Amino acid sequence: MEILLFGIAKDIVGQSEIRISSDDAALHSVQELKDFMVRKFPEFGKLSSFAVAVNSEYAQDDVPLNRNDEIAIIPPVSGG
Amino acid sequence: MNPNRYTRQTILKGFGSEGQQKLADAKVLVIGAGGLGVPVLTYLNAMGVGKIGIVDNDTVSITNLHRQVLYGQGDVGQSKVVAALEKLKGQNSDTELVVYHTFLEVKNALEIIQAYDIVVDASDNFPTRYLVNDACVMLQKPFVYGALHGYEGQVSVFNHAGGPTYRCLFPRMPKENEVPNCNEHGVLGIIPGIIGNLQALETIKVITGIGEVLSGKLLIFDGLQQSFRKIKFKLQPKSLQIQKLQDYYEWNDPCEIIPTVEADAIQKLLAEEAQIVDVRTDEEYENYHLPNSIHIPLNDLVANEGSIDFSRPVYLLCQSGKRSEMALRQLREKHPESSLFSILGGLNQYLAACS
Repeated sequence: MEILLFGIAKDIVGQSEIRISSDDAALHSVQELKDFMVRKFPEFGKLSSFAVAVNSEYAQDDVPLNRNDEIAIIPPVSGG
Repeated sequence: MNPNRYTRQTILKGFGSEGQQKLADAKVLVIGAGGLGVPVLTYLNAMGVGKIGIVDNDTVSITNLHRQVLYGQGDVGQSKVVAALEKLKGQNSDTELVVYHTFLEVKNALEIIQAYDIVVDASDNFPTRYLVNDACVMLQKPFVYGALHGYEGQVSVFNHAGGPTYRCLFPRMPKENEVPNCNEHGVLGIIPGIIGNLQALETIKVITGIGEVLSGKLLIFDGLQQSFRKIKFKLQPKSLQIQKLQDYYEWNDPCEIIPTVEADAIQKLLAEEAQIVDVRTDEEYENYHLPNSIHIPLNDLVANEGSIDFSRPVYLLCQSGKRSEMALRQLREKHPESSLFSILGGLNQYLAACS
């Protein structure tokens, strides 16, 4: 599973994408992915709202995930 | 008006004199005349939008010039709306330009916005963005969103023809300190130029009806990869249920009292050898700092507050006065008896006054 990171999420992780194999974690839903990110990168816990897209489509927490999905984590950005 | 002025776009198939007439009849409000607002204003004005309103209450700072290319060195210290008005008038005297020398606030948002057809959110902070969203939803105005983070930017058109809104993507405003702004995080000068120009293009499309408006899609631009990615999202009907604006959008109650001193007082503080605590980042501090100031970046403030003498007054300093205010709140919680002040307008204000 490929996870693309934008905005502050990229800064927290330190790279613009990460790969998660099913050996690392079995993630079945967007909510599980969010929990995984907070466990792996505790600073994610500070982000109260970020959008998740699955295969370029905005996904609510209950959306199921598949092994080959492309995930994007999109926090809000404010600069101007 | 010289009839030839817009020929290069009126000869375009699909645009024509009809498109031009629609621009001439349009009323666009641009909120913020900074990094995003400058390209938006420059192109809407050049292309013949009939009426443009500009909302901003900031002054031009030397640290703006690398990205806010409408302003020159001679404008430093001058009000942005005044400087912008002069430049835009020179660029196109046919445009009806209206300036609002204020920030968009709960008390003025609905009144200002209702006079326009389309709003461009070119602001630089979450409270204003959520205020723009809520006011536009209430007044049923489409708004063209653009925002930046470092080398990245986002663009979308919200509340357009029954389409989704900002709160459909990000339902709640992030908490203070959760996501940094350009002042803290930095921004490459060209990035707001690119994002602002994309906003201007979407504005033109909304007005004239050409092409496919970026509604229900969030465009994410990554300048380092030179990549564009579109994310589709849907209307969440509850985001439309906004009956009235919130009492306030700022993170903190605006009635809360933050003790401050004017930046003009810095000279005097230096002469008195007052205790000035600079809460900017290491890089900012290395680039420039006041003599004898104590340096503790905001992120490390509470952990490293041991180097502050709370028996003496503490003058908190940053670049623009925002982080020093946050620092004051953090320190006040632990040291309610201490004498804490935030320096208004920060180094920007001080340096503008010195130059």
